[in-house]
Amino acid sequence: MDCVVTGGNVKVLAKAIHSLSRIGDELYVEPQEDGLALRSVNSSRSAYACFLFAPLFFSRYTIPSGHTFRCKIAIKSVQAVFRSLATLEKTVEKCHIELDEQKNHLTFTLHCKHGLMKTHNLSFQDSESLQAVFDKDSYANVFRSHPRLLVDTVVHFPPSLEEVTVSVSDERMWVRNHVEEEADQSKAMLTELCLASDEFDHFAVQAHNSVTFCLKELRGLLVFAESTGLPISMYFDEPGSPIVLSVTDSVLEGNFVLATLSDDHNHRKNNTKRECTLPPPPPDDFMNDDIDAYLIAMDTSIAPGPSATCLSTPPVADSICSKQSAAANHRTRLHSEEEEEEEEEEYETADSGRPPNKKFCSLFFGSVLSPSSQMTTQPVTSQEVLASDSEDDVQ
Amino acid sequence: MKLRGRILDVACLNRFTRVVTTISKLTKVCVLRLTPDNLFFVLSGKVANGGIGMWCELSQANVFDEYQMEGVSSEDNEICLEVTPENLSRALKTVQSAKAVKVKLTKKHCPCLTIAAELPTMSSTSRVVTHDVPVDIVPRRLWHEFKEPSMPDFHVSVYLPPLKTMKNVVDRMKNLSNFLVMEANLIGEMNLKIETDLVSVTTHFKDLGNPPWGDDASQDGGPSHSREPEAMVQARVDIRKLQQFLMGQQVNPSKAMCNIVHERVVHLILLHEDVSLQYFIPAVA
Repeated sequence: MDCVVTGGNVKVLAKAIHSLSRIGDELYVEPQEDGLALRSVNSSRSAYACFLFAPLFFSRYTIPSGHTFRCKIAIKSVQAVFRSLATLEKTVEKCHIELDEQKNHLTFTLHCKHGLMKTHNLSFQDSESLQAVFDKDSYANVFRSHPRLLVDTVVHFPPSLEEVTVSVSDERMWVRNHVEEEADQSKAMLTELCLASDEFDHFAVQAHNSVTFCLKELRGLLVFAESTGLPISMYFDEPGSPIVLSVTDSVLEGNFVLATLSDDHNHRKNNTKRECTLPPPPPDDFMNDDIDAYLIAMDTSIAPGPSATCLSTPPVADSICSKQSAAANHRTRLHSEEEEEEEEEEYETADSGRPPNKKFCSLFFGSVLSPSSQMTTQPVTSQEVLASDSEDDVQ
Repeated sequence: MKLRGRILDVACLNRFTRVVTTISKLTKVCVLRLTPDNLFFVLSGKVANGGIGMWCELSQANVFDEYQMEGVSSEDNEICLEVTPENLSRALKTVQSAKAVKVKLTKKHCPCLTIAAELPTMSSTSRVVTHDVPVDIVPRRLWHEFKEPSMPDFHVSVYLPPLKTMKNVVDRMKNLSNFLVMEANLIGEMNLKIETDLVSVTTHFKDLGNPPWGDDASQDGGPSHSREPEAMVQARVDIRKLQQFLMGQQVNPSKAMCNIVHERVVHLILLHEDVSLQYFIPAVA
């Protein structure tokens, strides 16, 4: 792999890495034909982000031929390469990223002014493929706005705030902080902000839903979008299915996928001002941790990587993987954006022709994705819930 | 009990926000008393508060353009709430750009002070933000704890040096000792002293001036006349409490004074327009 980023794009790359660092501790790097994918996921698998830089973003873009390469690097090490954004802008002329497969190094060389070169050799680990399952184009509610709107909204909430609930009606969006039922409700301060549809560039609501998700992880995207001035698109569906926020331009696409609380947990009292209504909350007899309710469907299959792993190289997303991964096992599909000029290529990690892989099942999840549902954008009509085969305790 | 107020003036909103922010830096929880004419933020000098007492008074007319208040009853026409000023401060800070801010006493999941505002936007509809700050109603039988503190029989009263300077001095002294001695005399001099086994440091302030309280301002004869004008009156206080007071100041006071009751209490008074803030720090042995 051999890529060169020049000029202002170095700073964009750096900003993307910094915003990914708000999600997880590791940076998953995957040079693909349609561009360089940088991904991150948090430890509870409730937040995932991916930046895809098209080949045109680079002044040179060569990927390893013959085999797919994936690795993960401690994100702090990569951040150290791009530490000071101001310095990057002033002194770095280009950034050369090279893969040294023999030594398991990814070398970042910053070519700076006055002939100065800073070389960073970062060791990587082979990694599983990391792609979240989401089909944002099928989601009922789509919005787009200038990042300033979201930044101005988020400023009303304290930095320590974990969760927010976003509710929509045909003309309005309400954003309020979510208070856990277990917490001392009487002492919690409640803040609610109401945005009108004409503040958005695009506001399309098909379902008057309410979703609750973690705000902290989103702030990384907001910083990125605000500094690059790119509009943010927001997609969400029912509670339980993730909320997706994207930024795109001609050479890059960033997607932040955050899991939302599923309906069973949405006990939040109806605010009389809101026009939409929540379904009546079921009795709270689940002993599960909220974290489970937040899981996003993820594929963590082992890639047939360059270094020798002890496993035989199974076809990607085979059922073997499901036994290993401690986290959820799902088949995944990453849908590219149709609107962008980027090359559209669908990465299928499982064909429909194969026998059904292990599906992630959880009693605490509202839905399980069956193979057919992933091929269409129609809502899933029938679902099968199987007992989980994995060893981890989903409690 | 009813409370409905509207703040329309940006400057008033700004000033009120700064007062509330100052209070929030002084204490985590305090009592807010609302009367037809005034608002008071009170901290009673109980042992639970470390003996710190606070009394902040402002006139309602300088905050609200519209103000309707109905107290607990017609004889006790006031409202007494226990509130976390930080929540109030946070809510007010986010609505600084609003054209109008409504403050209401409401009952949501619990009694709340609701701050609601319409924020200006680029589009035709404005953005509505609502903050519900939970409060606890203080029952009438406890109201006596939150009365205006009487002026202590101070021995010396002196104007304070610029608070910023004091803060810098106290910040550095805090690294050396947990206790600080404040002393002042009748000829406008003040010293801040710390003493440890290894070192003692004193900062001297001169020509501060003494406020002319006169006989009517203090009870019981006021400053002892038999005292030498140069004689220092002192009180040893917990340095962190003094530091907290100095750190929190958001408003530059027009008058800042300190009354010392020898080895009993330090009484700090800040005045700014119609806002007065009194802070009592007990002396320690």
